[in-house]
This record gives sequence, C-alpha cells and structure tokens, in this order.
Amino acid sequence: MVLAMVVCANTGDLLLKLGMTQIGEVEFSAHGIADAFQQTVTSGTIWLGILFLLGFMVSYMTVLSWADYSYVMPAGAFGYAVLTLLAVVFLHERVSPARWLGVLLICVGVLLVGQTRPRTTEAVLESKVTA
Amino acid sequence: MTGTILLFACLICGSTGGEIAITYGMKSVGEPARLRPKPLLVFLGRALRSGWFWLGIPLMALSFYSLLALLSWHPVSFVIPVSALSYVVGTLGAKYILGEKVSPARWAGVILVCAGVALVAAG
Repeated sequence: MVLAMVVCANTGDLLLKLGMTQIGEVEFSAHGIADAFQQTVTSGTIWLGILFLLGFMVSYMTVLSWADYSYVMPAGAFGYAVLTLLAVVFLHERVSPARWLGVLLICVGVLLVGQTRPRTTEAVLESKVTA
Repeated sequence: MTGTILLFACLICGSTGGEIAITYGMKSVGEPARLRPKPLLVFLGRALRSGWFWLGIPLMALSFYSLLALLSWHPVSFVIPVSALSYVVGTLGAKYILGEKVSPARWAGVILVCAGVALVAAG
C-alpha cells in the first residue's frame, strides 16, 4: 500500500508535468489563464495525472487508518529515491555525487523505519467513536 | 527575511498539522474492512464526514501555497532542504500529539531520511 502511494504520487506529478509542458507556458492575463484552463480540462494527460494523485490520496488515507504517522511519513520519502532513478533511466539526467549520497541516506533511513513496528498506538480512538 | 521565515513556519506547521489531523481522523474512522472497491468506498464516505479530515485539508492547502510562494522567491535547492525539517517536526508531533512510540531505530531512520532529502534537493 505504501508502494502504491509512492508510485501514484510520482506518476501523477510526472503526468501533470508532461501535460503542462504540452500546453506550453501560460500567459498571465485573463485571456491566457482562461485559455490554459480550457486546455487543461480537455487534456487527457492532465486528467490521468489527477486520477493518479487521487489514487495517492486514497492509499495515503487507507495506510494512515492503521499505521503510525511517524512510520508512513519517512516511508513516503522513498519517492525521492525513485524519482532520481526515473530521471536517470528515462530522462538521462546527470546526477551529482551529493545527490546519490542523499538517495543512499534515504534508502537506509527508510529501511531502518521499515523495521520498526508499523503501529504503536492502540485502537482506542475507534472505540471512542462507536461509544 | 521575516517573510521567508514566516512562510517556512506556515509550510512546516501547515503540512505537519494537516497530516496529523488527517491521521487522527483516519484512526477514528477505522481501517476499511477489506481492500476491495466497495469497503474502500464505504471507508472514504466515512472519512469525508470526519471533521478532522476537513481540518487537515485547509492546513495542507496553506502549506502548499506557502511552498509555491517560497519557490517563487528562492531556488528549490534552498527551499526543499529547509522544508525537510518537517520530518523531524512531524515525528515530534506524532510522538507528543498522537502518542505514537518512536523507537531509537525509527528516530535514526527519520534523521537519515531528513538529511537524505536535503542532499537530494541541494545536490
């Protein structure tokens, strides 16, 4: 589920970026914004991006309904590592040694957090609601 | 300078506060019965009726617009490393507000992630 969260968030962002690049620079005037608005609501790429971001929100909410916030939050940072790899593989970007070190730190950090118990609070809140 | 600090405060407090409110809301809603479309829809319906969820959304919007404003003033390689502090603030919030038990291993992981995100954005 955390994986679904990261994949959805990254794919959504990339699709939005792709969609907005297709539309081109937005002219900052009433007409320009109206024009851009019309183009965004008719762009399939943008809708697909929004769909993925919605998928992210749903998986995020689902994960948080049982796992600790302090468990999910660092795990989400795994996305930065995935994004760097995607940039290297698909966009052939050059990545500096400092950035690789950052990716390494994130991976080790996420592994460390992943080994802790996902849930440390009791289901007290739920009984409060049903009571 | 004061504006920048204020915006960073809005960014970090907004995202942390918003996510903590949503976590609290989701914990009180309870997890979906099964990961199937129908139980998920029931879960979402209950989540959308939670006040905590609607407290969280504007806070996260506040943090999003602070981020946009900061990015229009400063380069990404400055804004994201500073905002990585929200991992530490968020963990403190999880510990003291949500009552989660943060073990030393988890703290170490959070610090590593925080430093890693700062390096990725600055590098």
